Amino acid sequence: MSPNSCGSAPVHAETEVHFRDAAAKALLDPQLRANFRRAMDGLITKRKAQFPDPRDLQDLRDLSTAIRSRSLLNLPELLEQFEANCTKNGIKVHWAETCEQANELILGIMQAKGAKTLVKGKSMVSEEMHLNAFLESKGIEALESDLGEYIIQLDGETPSHIIMPAIHKNKDQIARQFSQKIKDAKYTEDVDELTAMARKVLRQKFLDADAGLSGVNFAVAETGTLCLVENEGNGRMSTHVPPLHIAVMGLEKVVARLEDVAPLYAILTRSATGQAVSTYFNLITGPRGAGEKDGPQEVHLVILDNGRSRIYADPQLRATLRCIRCGACMNHCPVYTRVGGHAYEAVYPGPIGKILTPQMEGVGVRHDLIHGSSLCGACGEVCPVEIPIPEILVRLRREATHEDLGSAVAGKGTGRTATEDWAWRLWAGVTKRPTLYRIATWFATRFGKALPAGAPLIKNWTQSRTKPVPARRSLSERMRTEGGPHA
Amino acid sequence: MRNPPGGLQVNGSKPQKVYFYGTCLVDLFFPDAGMAGIQLLREAGVEVVFPEGQTCCGQPAFNCGYWEEAREVARTQVALFPQDLPVILPSGSCAGMMKVHYPELFHGQPDEAKVRAFSARVYELTQFLVDVLDVKLKDLGEPVKVTWHSSCHAVRDLGLKGEPQALIGQLAQVELAPLTREHECCGFGGTFSVRQPEISAAMSCDKAADAEATGASVVLSTDGGCLLNVNGTLEAKNSKLKVQHVAEFLWERTRAR
Repeated sequence: MSPNSCGSAPVHAETEVHFRDAAAKALLDPQLRANFRRAMDGLITKRKAQFPDPRDLQDLRDLSTAIRSRSLLNLPELLEQFEANCTKNGIKVHWAETCEQANELILGIMQAKGAKTLVKGKSMVSEEMHLNAFLESKGIEALESDLGEYIIQLDGETPSHIIMPAIHKNKDQIARQFSQKIKDAKYTEDVDELTAMARKVLRQKFLDADAGLSGVNFAVAETGTLCLVENEGNGRMSTHVPPLHIAVMGLEKVVARLEDVAPLYAILTRSATGQAVSTYFNLITGPRGAGEKDGPQEVHLVILDNGRSRIYADPQLRATLRCIRCGACMNHCPVYTRVGGHAYEAVYPGPIGKILTPQMEGVGVRHDLIHGSSLCGACGEVCPVEIPIPEILVRLRREATHEDLGSAVAGKGTGRTATEDWAWRLWAGVTKRPTLYRIATWFATRFGKALPAGAPLIKNWTQSRTKPVPARRSLSERMRTEGGPHA
Repeated sequence: MRNPPGGLQVNGSKPQKVYFYGTCLVDLFFPDAGMAGIQLLREAGVEVVFPEGQTCCGQPAFNCGYWEEAREVARTQVALFPQDLPVILPSGSCAGMMKVHYPELFHGQPDEAKVRAFSARVYELTQFLVDVLDVKLKDLGEPVKVTWHSSCHAVRDLGLKGEPQALIGQLAQVELAPLTREHECCGFGGTFSVRQPEISAAMSCDKAADAEATGASVVLSTDGGCLLNVNGTLEAKNSKLKVQHVAEFLWERTRAR
């Protein structure tokens, strides 16, 4: 189905707004739309089945929100405690303010051990750092071992979802791709055979790799533990088989106690994939101990800031950092469902990406994302840690158009256009004066029908809809003449 | 999300007199719905005051980040409702703006307390008819099949909990056929529909197709924005399906011909 099958063909925007353009392009791909709709419907249904009682869900949300809020409130102290305990456990902790610093740190760690190949578990922070491209430029092979990540890496793509990176593809597309890209592979659409093909390649890579890299789902301050949630066992292989393990995490991931992890884990897997538990849950507390037969000889942890401390400094925006990266906001977003993750042209797509990306990169730079939402509120409603995404979007829209709000948001005021300023001044000028408003509505009711469908604003509306025609007499006018008691 | 408003009973008894706020979209595009809302309240024994000078609740500017402009307009609206009476709106979205977002908009402003007191008096029409007036409707119409589109703001901002469906359910001859995705946004989103016309169109088309698939002859909603959007889409594809504001539908069904 074409996106505007019940209207005329899309008209291009006069000014370049990349989310709108990329989204419009994505909407023209019926296969992509069908893949996303099917996948998101499935995920919504599975999540719903995990929460049969809305009160239980709310209890768990309240608890999870409280844990994440409390963790953030004490973030500096918890990070110090976490670092101290990691060090005690033999994990070498490194701090990076920028992605460049984080990349250089990882390169340095690998070079010091003479490591040339890296096998990776899933890590959104490493996507944020564009680590693979960086390492490749330094002659190091970085292979994604999560099946979805492996599939998109074969095609030179980026993830279109934070949990299910290859969700935009169906099995037929993957079958074609494997038969072309994997050595000696035969064409098959059998999912088990396809999985076995990837498994065969990856098994050897786990054994051969000099180093393994992983993300961190929860970092426990009191014990210095890295928690890793996964379904495929590849995370365990990446962190366990190679002699060197490097973990990367955003600095917001820390929680105070081990007991904080259980509720967060419970709501994470249920919200993300509709699973009560994931297939694997790893607790990593350090390198191979004396007398132990397996595990890496060295474990390093890189803790990345990349704008997070700036977000942390603002009490309202700080809620963004509660995110546990479950992707539920994407799965339930009517915009994401239709355009897919790549249209956002950002590492983090969907609703959370719409607030996180502009905060990291600047509200002026990603002004397009802030306005790519109907503010329907589905994301806020489903978020397991109750991040008020719609409210933060409106806040960022303010930031993008005002220089004088006295916050630390980068690029504030740069999304402002003279046309929009003028339009809202005019709107307020008319709307706050009842007499002027009355005259305007009188004209609209009498002449609204005559307004051409190609007029500004109406032109966009009428791409797929008939022109809205005002009633012949407004409610106010009718109440004046036939309406009864007035104040 | 925000907490739904609590304490719907006004001073423990049913109010005798209320204000009616028409909203700009109802004023301009759905005056019949506004008239019907007022008639439904009057039928329930309530005196309705319709202050002159009503314009817009300010939501478009608020949502776009132009809060100073939104405040200027909101102030003029609040001033129209000085008496301590409920303020009834035939729109979940505008009621949500006045009830939930005005306190945010006026946070730290000199008139914050006054605005908060106003916000506490705001109700969406069906919410008021069910939760406060406990109205009982008698269906006088022919058998008909309808479907219901939930407004995002009515449900998620305002906390509407099925009040419109409860009213429709009182009508003996009306069959309510649910949408497959009742709670999914229709793609209006105020300025979203003109800023992101392609995505908005895709959402509207899906909503229209969902409504058509129910076999209903009319799509009901409590929000002018959603109705305008879905109607424009249905008309563009020459659909037989019509849209109607729930107030107008209820009034027509309960009115002796």
